[in-house]
Formats: sequence, C-alpha cells, structure tokens
Amino acid sequence: MSDEKILLTEKKNGVGIITLNRPDKLNAFSDELTFQLQDALKEMEKDKEVRAIILTAAGRGFCAGQDLQSRSIAQEMGERPSLGDSIRRRYNPIVIKLRRIEKPIIAAVNGVAAGAGASIAFACDYRIVTDKVNFIQSFTKVGLIPDSGATFILTRLVGLTKAFELMLSADKLSAEEALNLGIINKIVGEDDLMKEAVALAEKLAAGPTKAFGLTKRAVNRAVFDDLEELLEYEASLQEIAGRSDDFAEGVKAFVEKRTPQYTGK
Amino acid sequence: MTMTYKNILTAKEAVGAKSGKADQPEINIGVVNLHRPTVLNALNHELMEELVTALEDFDRDDSVRAIVLTGSDRAFAAGADIKEMSDETTVSIMLKDRFATWDRIKNIKKPIIAAVSGFALGGGCELMMMCDIIIASETAQFGQPEINLGVIPGAGGTQRMTRVLGKYKAMELILTGRPLTAREALEMGLVNKVAPVELYLEEAKAMAKEIAAKSPIAVKLAKEAVLKSFDGPLQEGLQFERKNFYMLFSSEDQKEGMKAFMEKRKATFTGK
Repeated sequence: MSDEKILLTEKKNGVGIITLNRPDKLNAFSDELTFQLQDALKEMEKDKEVRAIILTAAGRGFCAGQDLQSRSIAQEMGERPSLGDSIRRRYNPIVIKLRRIEKPIIAAVNGVAAGAGASIAFACDYRIVTDKVNFIQSFTKVGLIPDSGATFILTRLVGLTKAFELMLSADKLSAEEALNLGIINKIVGEDDLMKEAVALAEKLAAGPTKAFGLTKRAVNRAVFDDLEELLEYEASLQEIAGRSDDFAEGVKAFVEKRTPQYTGK
Repeated sequence: MTMTYKNILTAKEAVGAKSGKADQPEINIGVVNLHRPTVLNALNHELMEELVTALEDFDRDDSVRAIVLTGSDRAFAAGADIKEMSDETTVSIMLKDRFATWDRIKNIKKPIIAAVSGFALGGGCELMMMCDIIIASETAQFGQPEINLGVIPGAGGTQRMTRVLGKYKAMELILTGRPLTAREALEMGLVNKVAPVELYLEEAKAMAKEIAAKSPIAVKLAKEAVLKSFDGPLQEGLQFERKNFYMLFSSEDQKEGMKAFMEKRKATFTGK
C-alpha cells in the first residue's frame, strides 16, 4: 500500500486533473498530501498547456480535512502541535495557489468535504458535486476555528448570517442546500461527475483563457484582496485554539468515540 | 556613439508625436535594461560599470530628459553577485572599492524611474532606492536579505531604507532579511505605484515621458532640491531650494512657462 501514490495528476486536452488518492482515509490531508498538492498546483500553474484545472478525489469521499489521527498521535506523545505553523506551511499555500493561479479551477466533489477539505473546495472557482455530497465545517466540533480560508471565503460565498451558522453548528450541508445557497454550481449524478467536470474544463480550456485569467485576477482584487493577510490572521487564531483545553478534549473524545465535555478554556 | 554592452540593454524612446516644427528639439527618454537573465540580473562589477556608464551617457545627452531603469518581469535584480565576493578579505574588498561605481549614480542629474518586477533584493533593492521614482509590478518583492549571508547591506540599504520606512520597519527588514510584497511596499511608501506585471514598464515609461515634457532645467533643479532634504538640516535645505527657485528665473523656460500660463496655452519648453 505504501508505494501507492497519494496524489495523481494527468493532463489531457488542455485540462490538468489533480486527484487526491487516499481513499481509505477519505483523502484526509496528511502532511505529505498537502505538500504534494502544493507541488501539483505549482506544476499546473507553470504548464502553459494546462488551461483549466480539475481538483477531485478517489473513492467515496472528497476530502475529510486534516488527518486527525496524525494529530492525536502527536498529542499522545506529549507534544501539542503548533496548528498555526502547520496551517502556514501546509494549507495556506494551497489556498493562495487556488486563488492566484490565473486559470479556472473546478472542484469535482465526489463525496463528503469536511474541514479543510470543504475549505479547499470553497477556494476553487467552480464546484460541481454529486447528489451524495455533504459539506461540513467540522472544525468547531473539535474546538477549532474554520481555517484554510473558510472564515472569510464561505462568508463571502453565502453571506454572514448563514456562514456563521454553518461554522458554529458544524452541521452537514447537503448538495441541494449548498446549491440553494449558491455555494455550488451544479449537482450531477455520481457516474456523470467526471464527465461533466471534464466537459466544463475542456470548454473553458478552449476559451479565451487570457481573459479568464485576467477576470479571475480582477475578481480576486474585488473579493480577496486581503487573502494573504486574512489567512495569516486565521492561522494565528487557530494557533490559540490549538492550545486550548477544548481542542485537546475534542480530539481525545473523537478518538475515544464519545461526546466531548467542553469547558470553554 | 552607440555602445555595446554585455550586461545591459539601452534604448531611447521618443516622447510624443513630432510637431514638424524645425526648432522643436528632439525629446527622448532613455531606457536601461539590466540583462543577465541566467542569474536574475545579479549585479556584478561589470554590469554596474556598464550601467553607470549608460546612465552618465544619458545624463549628458540633451535629447534625453528622463531615464527608466528596469530589469525583467522575473527579476529587477536579485542582489549582488555573491560568487564575485565570497573570497574577498577586508583589505581586498576595501581596495577594490566596488561601491565607488555605485556612488556615481548619485551624480546623475536627470530623474531615474525604476520599473521593478520580481526580485528586488539586496543590491537590487539598494539600486532601486537610488532611483527617484519607483513603479512596481504586483509580483515585485523587496528586501535586504544580506543578514542571511552573515553580512549587512553595503550599498546604502541601512540608510536609505531607514529614511523611507523609519527606524522600526527598516530594522525588522534588515535584521530578519524578510521580503516585502508589492502591496506592503506601497502601503509603506517604498514605491510610488503598483501596476499589473503586464503594464508596470509602460506605466514607468509613461511617467518618464510626462516628466520629459517639462522644462528639463526645472526638473533637474527640483530633483536636486528634493535630494537635498536627505542631507543636512532643514534650514539648509530651504535655502538651497530658494536659490534653485531664484536661479530658474534666468531660464527661457521660466519666461515661456509663465507666459503660456497667462495666455492659457500649453508651454513649449526648450531646455534653455
């Protein structure tokens, strides 16, 4: 199993496809997977033949977010991880690339997108999802804040009221609800997901991609001008949350499969 | 007197449409392009000699009224040429006096507009700060990373950056070696304007051409007076400015400029 590639890339008809490939972990982000995703995005940014990008995943999940198992192991060994540093090194560069690459990026969401998995999908330009998909802002469940841009990207996608509710409740958001809220572009049948995503990507790749890229730059200026600054701030606040008793309890309860007893400390 | 250089490219660009009038002087801007693409325009001694020679030639050339200094989209200049310096000793580097070349840039009387994209680090940042106006691309980054090599800025970085940014910010950048983004540099007043990478050079040239259309003698004396404010006390600077102001009343351009203003027409400056 260990020589199985955890991230796959391919290139066809002007479309670059990146596939998260840890299906047995619902494609949760290990350190290695986040770095490989950063590299893959950099490659596709540079590659002039790639004029549109699809981000998708293998198996029944899109991405379960941070691999909590690797965190709880670190905690058992008595060290509290610096979540701020982890986010700065691993997640923020991904979000910055997704926004700054001047090519349309389509998230083809094939299953549950939780935590940073949802955040990454939100940072893409298009979201096409299957009817089985749920988005979960699961961070607060374990005593953390939404990160990887979710605090402001989701807020800008759906507005303050709904975004705040989603973040604090950590409730599942179904594909249909997501469509009604304007978070996603389209719901398709499971078997049609890649077909639809590739069709859209190929259509975009055959378009005036210079203008598309400049449009994205202008939209970024309008809506995400403060991207780097807000990501940095989010990382700082996650650092604080990561030092809290509630987070320690949240992860412990998750591993022990019981309801956490939060104290607000 | 076209010079051929190994490490830079030079060109002249005409300002505006020719009026056809015989007495209309030829007006250009001079453009100097740092050009060592394989090493991100690292500033070795040969390049600096060529650059200063080109700047001095433009300064002497009456048809050139302003100068644009630029690099490539990827790098204005990523720093000094480290290879050239790594084996120097205190005595050998002092004797070579490599900065004597740099010091000549201070004597250029015409305005120099830096068009900066990509890396402007170390010597690249210091060279940029010797210019008079800075137009940056969105991808530009600025910094003094010398501390990471166990040295400090040597071409004015500790002085010029501190005068622009103030003690605390300059200290942070020089002691950590961390770079600034174009946006940050704009907020801190290190650059005049940030433009998309596709346009920064054009914008710099447009500003150079705008300035080129003014009275060249007034432009020179204005530059000189502004730079005076960095040296010495205010009172001295004010006196210097006043003298330059009075001096301009012996120029034809002053007569023409004020006459044109009163006649509500555009002045035609001859540089006399």
